[in-house]
Amino acid sequence: MTVAVPDLRPAGVFAVPRTAERTLANGLTVLAIRRPAVPLVELRLRVPFGAATLRTSYLASSSLLSQTLFSGTSNLSTVDIAAQLQSVGGALGAGVDPDRLLVGGNSLASGLDRMLAILAEVLTDATYPEEEVATERDRLAERIQIAQSQPSHLARVALLRRRYGDHPYSVQTPTVPQVHAVTPAALRALHADRIHPVGAHLVLVGDVETEQALDAAEQALAGWDGPGKDDAVPPVPQPRLGPVTLVHRPESVQSSLRMTLSAVERRHPDHAALQLANLIFGGYFSSRWVENIREDKGYTYSPHSFIEHSQAGSSLVLSTDVATEVTGPALLETIYELGRIATSPPGEQELEQARQYALGTLQLGMSTQAGLANLASTYAGFGLRLEYLVDHAARLGAATVDDVAAVAARYLAPARALTVVLGDADRMEAALTTLTPVERTTVDEVLAA
Amino acid sequence: MIPATRYPIERLTLPNGLRVVLAPDRSAPVIGVAVVYDVGIRSEPVGRTGFAHLFEHLMFQGSANLEKLAHFRYVQGSGGTFNGSTHLDYTDYYETLPSAALERALFLEADRMRGPRLTEENLRNQVDVVKEEIRVNVLNKPYGGFPWLNLPPVMFATFPNAHDGYGSFDDLDAATLTDAEEFFDRYYACGNAVLAVAGDIDVTETVSLVERHFGDVPARPAPERPDFTEPDLAGEQRHSYVDKLAPLPAFCAGWRVPDPVGDFAAYLPYVVLAEVLTDGDASRLVRRLVLSDRSVTNVGTYIGFMGEPYEVRDPTAFLLQVQTPADGDMERVLSTVDEECARLVADGLEAGELARTQARMATHLLRDTDAVLGRALRMAVLEQQRPSLTGAQLLNELPALIAQVTEEQVRAAAATLRPDRRALIEVVPGLGGTQ
Repeated sequence: MTVAVPDLRPAGVFAVPRTAERTLANGLTVLAIRRPAVPLVELRLRVPFGAATLRTSYLASSSLLSQTLFSGTSNLSTVDIAAQLQSVGGALGAGVDPDRLLVGGNSLASGLDRMLAILAEVLTDATYPEEEVATERDRLAERIQIAQSQPSHLARVALLRRRYGDHPYSVQTPTVPQVHAVTPAALRALHADRIHPVGAHLVLVGDVETEQALDAAEQALAGWDGPGKDDAVPPVPQPRLGPVTLVHRPESVQSSLRMTLSAVERRHPDHAALQLANLIFGGYFSSRWVENIREDKGYTYSPHSFIEHSQAGSSLVLSTDVATEVTGPALLETIYELGRIATSPPGEQELEQARQYALGTLQLGMSTQAGLANLASTYAGFGLRLEYLVDHAARLGAATVDDVAAVAARYLAPARALTVVLGDADRMEAALTTLTPVERTTVDEVLAA
Repeated sequence: MIPATRYPIERLTLPNGLRVVLAPDRSAPVIGVAVVYDVGIRSEPVGRTGFAHLFEHLMFQGSANLEKLAHFRYVQGSGGTFNGSTHLDYTDYYETLPSAALERALFLEADRMRGPRLTEENLRNQVDVVKEEIRVNVLNKPYGGFPWLNLPPVMFATFPNAHDGYGSFDDLDAATLTDAEEFFDRYYACGNAVLAVAGDIDVTETVSLVERHFGDVPARPAPERPDFTEPDLAGEQRHSYVDKLAPLPAFCAGWRVPDPVGDFAAYLPYVVLAEVLTDGDASRLVRRLVLSDRSVTNVGTYIGFMGEPYEVRDPTAFLLQVQTPADGDMERVLSTVDEECARLVADGLEAGELARTQARMATHLLRDTDAVLGRALRMAVLEQQRPSLTGAQLLNELPALIAQVTEEQVRAAAATLRPDRRALIEVVPGLGGTQ
């Protein structure tokens, strides 16, 4: 006996919460969204931080800056800053990528003024004290050393180099010696040069009235000033197609397989259909690739593909770690599934399922304070607001089988993919070479700057 | 002033023994659905290490009315996401979806509560998948299984508490369909489960949907829970091993703590102590070891091998996890930790130190449960592990209970972190520097 699976109830109208926005006299744009579900507030500050050229000294300095921004001001020590934030249930931290510096944190809603005051003090008066910089420099160097022992990190490093060549995106982690060479003076100079309100976005989401949040931000951050340096990242180059890059990691018990293809930015007319094509291919569990190499063949635990958006270009990335002995077959099935979606249209049912997933996970992503803050901040960095999602949802709703087939042919063709495999080459190079030309390299060569 | 949540919580038990927790919150059109079974790594049979986790995988391979792959497709095709995870004391299955999919989600969970569709082909397929999971998370990377898989055997003497919960490849290969059937019959009784639904629901309607879909799941009583208690260590226990993929030294020390369920009042100060010691740059051990002595790269203290202080039963441990520079000196770091604990016991806390720690803990608690799924999961486990106490209602009470922990209690907890009560696992790096 088979019982029918219950239908979905009709979905409500897709809506996004209201964002209040104010651009301050100093050029900082503040966005506030009220979500009172829990008595907290989330904060994200996104400062443009791109580099026009691939300069490894800049990379090391910006990485260390993100680790020492909260290491002291004229009036406050590291411990003072942390203790004052903690007293309002808060914490703040920073990170960089090739496009931006992101300060993120949260506190009890009642602590918003304190959190903003500390943020302002750090932005206008971070001192990068010798002692604290030395401590964080060593810690960063050790974290990099550990990252360099992780296959997932090494595969990522190899893929970025393969994809971006001489472009600033090609190296995103400094080397240990580069980190050791950074001085407090270099951090102060970088801060003075780059940490400015013009073009920056502050997002506040939580149990605070939006006008009150905007006023609080204006009051705290009005004194943050100075012209921003606009150092736009050049457009990413066309991929240089060629042999599979095979990185030999002796005695690996798995092969880390990564591929990348060019994608389009969020405002591009192909974006919604490409998002759906990616889902059908490998972008969620119920995709062809996952059902094939995991649920049918058992080659791997967590294959997934995803679209990454950066300021200078977007990519579609495939990632899976497979048992060494099935490296060849796994690559074969991956090429097959890319080829299949690029050459023949998906089924109506497959498309409908992917569409529901795309629309539903949009709702889920907006259902928490942290989720809203991340979305609003990320979009702001690309000149978008949450209202963009209303149009995007409509485009997801309207995409047809033909639309998806067309973008899949354009962007998912295996002939356009760049491939990196990291693993024990001695045990699987022969299998790979039966499928495709291979160029072998070593971990040390990949890490060499 | 520590704020709290006031989620309305409805608790009921169906005639077949299934316990149900409902927490309506209409602030976003989404729901979290969790089913938690009272079985975990500690309950797996000798010779079948990793079986609780393998069985969790099998619960996704089809059920009474669903083919293989159907569960995934129905959840994701409803706009939702899903997963399951295996813990020491429980196994959870969950999804979060737009609220339009409420009835469908209840149907899917009820269907596998009646029984997974067990086939030899699916079993072998999932053994392969689990092996790749172990390779990617343990065998192919540095610090794999540290410390959650390799400290328990140093700390505990009995199989349930000491064994590798991911399992040996031999045991995984030896698993049979009969094992799976017996495991399901014994542990996956509806009397051994809790269903929690949080988010955009109407309680009355949801009760009737729950009754419709779960009401006819055959009543089977919960098995008696074995006694997993063990005596405290009689003296310090140590083990050291070379991790040939690891570039830098690390170690983890563990101390037994009071019963998290049976003696919650005595246990909670340890949860607070962990934050006093290592939450942020103003915490005691970060200040001393990282910022002042610069003898460690990272230090963290937390409760439980899976880091979930409110979802674990006795026996469990207070853990101190440390990463040091290449020339790090473990003995010196350990004696500094002893010294800091002694200082805390003797001199107490600084003005404001406890209050600010409690404030940050409140933020963490509130933030964890802002997502409807986080709320449903925590409520389901609380309901399951603390039925005679307030069950899921504890979720609303935790911030206040943490705020009531006193300095005296924190000092008393610190006083128990003595070297002679400690178990220690040391990672010796086996990888040459790659730079």
